[in-house]
Amino acid sequence: MSGQELVFRTDNLTKVYQTGEVKVFALAGVDLELFSGELAVLLGPSGSGKSTLLNILGGLDHATDGRVWFHDLELTDLGDRGLTRFRRDHVGFVFQFYNLVPSLTARENVQLVTDVARDPMTPEEALERVGLSHRLDHFPAQLSGGEQQRVAIARAVAKRPEVLLCDEPTGALDSKTGIQVLEVLKHLNEELGTSTVVITHAAEIRKMAHRVIWFQDGRIANTEINDERLEPAEIDW
Amino acid sequence: MTTVEALDRKLLRDFIRLWPQFLAISLVLAAGVAVLLMSFGMSAALEDTRKTYYERNRFADIFVDARSVPISFVEIIRRIDGIEAVEARVTTFTTLDIPGKIDTTVAYVASLAPAGPVLNRPTLRRGQWPDPQSTGEVVLNAPFAEANDLWPGDRFTATLNGVKRDLTVVGWALSPEFIYTIGPGSLIPDDEDYGIVWMPERALAALLDRTGAFDNLAVKLRPSARPKPIIDMLDQLLEPYGSWGAIGRDEQTSNAFIDAEITQLRALAYILPPVFLGITIFLVNMVIGRIVALERAEIGLLKALGYSDIAILFHYLLLAGLVAVCGVALGYAVGSWLSYGLARLYADFLKFPYLIYTVSWNAYVVSGLLGLFAASAGAARAAWSAARLAPATAMSPTAPPRFRRNWIDVALRRMHVSQPTMMILRSLIRWPVRAAMSVLGLSLAVAILVSSNFFPDSLDLIIDTGFHQSNRQHVVLFFNDTMDESALEDAARLPGVLQVEGQQYLPVILRHEHRQKRAVIEARRPGNDLSRIVSAEGEIVDAPPGGIMLSERLAAQLGLAVGDMVEVEFLGNRKGAYDLPVTRLVTQYFGLGAYMDQETADRLFQQAPQVSVINVTVDPARNAAFQAALKELPRLGGRAMMVENRRGFEETISENILVSTMVYALLGILITVGVAYNGARIQLSERARELASLRILGFTRGEVAYILMGEIMLLALIAQPLGWWIGWAVAKLMTDSFTSDLYAIPMVLKVSTFSSASLIVLGAAMASVLVVRRRLDRIDLVSVMKTRE
Ligand SMILES: Nc1ncnc2c1ncn2[C@@H]1O[C@H](COP(=O)(O)OP(=O)(O)O)[C@@H](O)[C@H]1O
Ligand SMILES: [Mg+2]
Repeated sequence: MSGQELVFRTDNLTKVYQTGEVKVFALAGVDLELFSGELAVLLGPSGSGKSTLLNILGGLDHATDGRVWFHDLELTDLGDRGLTRFRRDHVGFVFQFYNLVPSLTARENVQLVTDVARDPMTPEEALERVGLSHRLDHFPAQLSGGEQQRVAIARAVAKRPEVLLCDEPTGALDSKTGIQVLEVLKHLNEELGTSTVVITHAAEIRKMAHRVIWFQDGRIANTEINDERLEPAEIDW
Repeated sequence: MTTVEALDRKLLRDFIRLWPQFLAISLVLAAGVAVLLMSFGMSAALEDTRKTYYERNRFADIFVDARSVPISFVEIIRRIDGIEAVEARVTTFTTLDIPGKIDTTVAYVASLAPAGPVLNRPTLRRGQWPDPQSTGEVVLNAPFAEANDLWPGDRFTATLNGVKRDLTVVGWALSPEFIYTIGPGSLIPDDEDYGIVWMPERALAALLDRTGAFDNLAVKLRPSARPKPIIDMLDQLLEPYGSWGAIGRDEQTSNAFIDAEITQLRALAYILPPVFLGITIFLVNMVIGRIVALERAEIGLLKALGYSDIAILFHYLLLAGLVAVCGVALGYAVGSWLSYGLARLYADFLKFPYLIYTVSWNAYVVSGLLGLFAASAGAARAAWSAARLAPATAMSPTAPPRFRRNWIDVALRRMHVSQPTMMILRSLIRWPVRAAMSVLGLSLAVAILVSSNFFPDSLDLIIDTGFHQSNRQHVVLFFNDTMDESALEDAARLPGVLQVEGQQYLPVILRHEHRQKRAVIEARRPGNDLSRIVSAEGEIVDAPPGGIMLSERLAAQLGLAVGDMVEVEFLGNRKGAYDLPVTRLVTQYFGLGAYMDQETADRLFQQAPQVSVINVTVDPARNAAFQAALKELPRLGGRAMMVENRRGFEETISENILVSTMVYALLGILITVGVAYNGARIQLSERARELASLRILGFTRGEVAYILMGEIMLLALIAQPLGWWIGWAVAKLMTDSFTSDLYAIPMVLKVSTFSSASLIVLGAAMASVLVVRRRLDRIDLVSVMKTRE
């Protein structure tokens, strides 16, 4: 399924945290290519640098060294303004904690994005795609965790981003709800062709990916391509 | 390290971490404490100083002016029950000719008893007392002598009884009788053109043909005596001698002005500090409430560790206590400094010979306790809720705020409000009390600015109608006696005179039913061009013939309306009582005006037309010649320069106003910063996560800042009309309460008063939220997202 066109490319990407005397290499030289339409799963022990990579790819954080390209756009050259623009136009994020605006309804949370995007779907369509047509006017506090995460996904994909970056999207959910969320992600990846990166610590989830990338100590330890993918419903974790 | 120490450490850390917020609150509290100390300190100092001054110099209780009363009356009056002491003096108004000074100067000359005065004793400031046997030695009141550079040994001339006399200054003195010296026809003290001259009784009586007689009487009452019956008795006794009526201290000009000053200072203490204390309560409540909300988990932990509810309660009360201590300490420092400094300035301005400034520990105790009270009252709710928190609930996260859709949402949806705007509005609706309190706080800031700023405009109007429109003459000539109208022709012949107009002042007692009031009727010809009666509405009016016209204030005090009959008893030279109809009322800012048509007066007294005052305009190029000629006029009792009066008034007032405008602007800004900065900080604390998530969605810094700043600025905008209204109401209250027998302050509220108040408050609010915005700009997106809500 993975197309040939490159979406992200990194070259010797490095991130160093200096805490007092100690230097922590969160990323110690990562060379990675991600392709259009691909669904990649990032696996690895806690502290191995997965989130750091995702944040840099999404334009939330700056690398200490090395370079990142989004197509021909070099992210490592951009300032705050350019990165904001980049996030606004091209990236959708999903986090473990849903980060919905509590004072806005599901529909309005999605509208936050569709009001300013270039070619968005309607909020109703986005919420329909995650199976929440019946919850349009509910506030986050009136929704279950899984529902809130699905609103967050609807909000992330409503602008038809080229990439969707998910950092432990099922981390706060029980497995049944988690599967629903993964189904939504897979479905969107197939329907919209959105390149998707999913970080998880549940190794079983790797079975739904096109490609699996293993992290260890700030480096890519291994990558593997699934010839056969499982449906989320078939995954058991 | 004991556990208590750990808690104390946390307390200090919280305090240091949140110092800008606590500072903003401390400043508001300090302002309240400082204003309280200042107004109490100053008014107490003025009152104590005046009291001591009055006691030491034996200031009289009753004052009466008459003309040539036989000295035998002194003994009769002294025997009246309730009278402790009597001082009889020969007095007159005169013009002075001071070498090197072009303008004529008016002086009140009073005799000095040979053995020294027993009442209203002047205090010698420089030089010596005149020899009682001397004929030309005088003492001057110090401010006048200083303004005119007249030192002991200097000489000048005075026209006494129509003859020019050479006088020598031998000393300077101050008197409790003349703390405020206001010349005839003037409105404010003018040390350069009006002075007091003390002269030995023997010499003055001889010059004025008053040997064996007196013109002025001061009476000191026994402590138990009531003034009213004695005033009546004196009026009866002295009526045949042209008495204008005896007055008590409350009507004595100098004393009445100081009373007004003290009252206004006192009023400050009751109006402003409650506002500041109230805002302190609100701010402490908001900030400590937020801290408790953030520290829920820690509170649970502390409780699980075995801390008692009381310990937790005190922990948060103590945090508020620290704020109170800072605010009160700052307020003490600024308040003490202001209080003493301003009392000094006031004492200098009022020419008290000394300042009695006793530190009022009461004021410190009261303001300190109020400060502590405000801070603890503010913290009480949050501290109590922290103490009551069950450990288990505390450790679990708070329930998210519940938003519900209601009719407002439907309306907003229809209006296609953007989502960020929706976030602002929902937050306001969700926490309506906090929003309302913020609006109230900000509107009080606006109100303080509006109600302090209206004053200059009101004075402008007073000056315009009182001086520029009513009094268009350059000079007013007052005479000691009335003269027939030929005096007008004499005045017209003086060099440089362009226009002359006559007027007559008739002292009267007006009676209606059980009420009576002393007044001066101005008799004047219709159509006078120089001295005009201008109503508050700006209309030029004349007294209709056949009765008297009254100012509304005077009519109200007597319970009179147009058409009523009023009994008019003429005092002074024209005796007799008449019933006259009230023909018209006129609204005026100044005084208790009463007016009569000159012809009506002439017919009443069956006299040839008379004048006691002549208004003159002078060719400025020939002013020197005119002034020189004036000094030769034998019967000129006084003279007021209108042009200078105007300038003096405006200068005195505008200096005071600049200072007070700045002080009030500062107070308004303190409140605004306190409310807006803390409001924005709490917004940021509550919404950091939400705002960071918007940044991740691709919202720019500006767009996200809009949500943070929008709410506070929206509240600030809503506060404007409310602030205008409160300001208007306070201004109204102030004008009403300042209205006295002497004047009414018109309420002039210009658009610029409102707009400048709004600009200052909106500007200060904007600056406060911009400071908070910088924090928002620096927020670390990644780390915010990593933590749980
Ligand atoms: N803000 C930070 N300051 C210091 N060290 C950090 C910071 N963020 C992450 N790290 C360190 O970087 C390393 C990688 O972290 P992260 O990318 O979050 O790992 P993962 O997502 O794989 O668990 C870890 O050792 C972590 O402690
Ligand atoms: Mg991670």
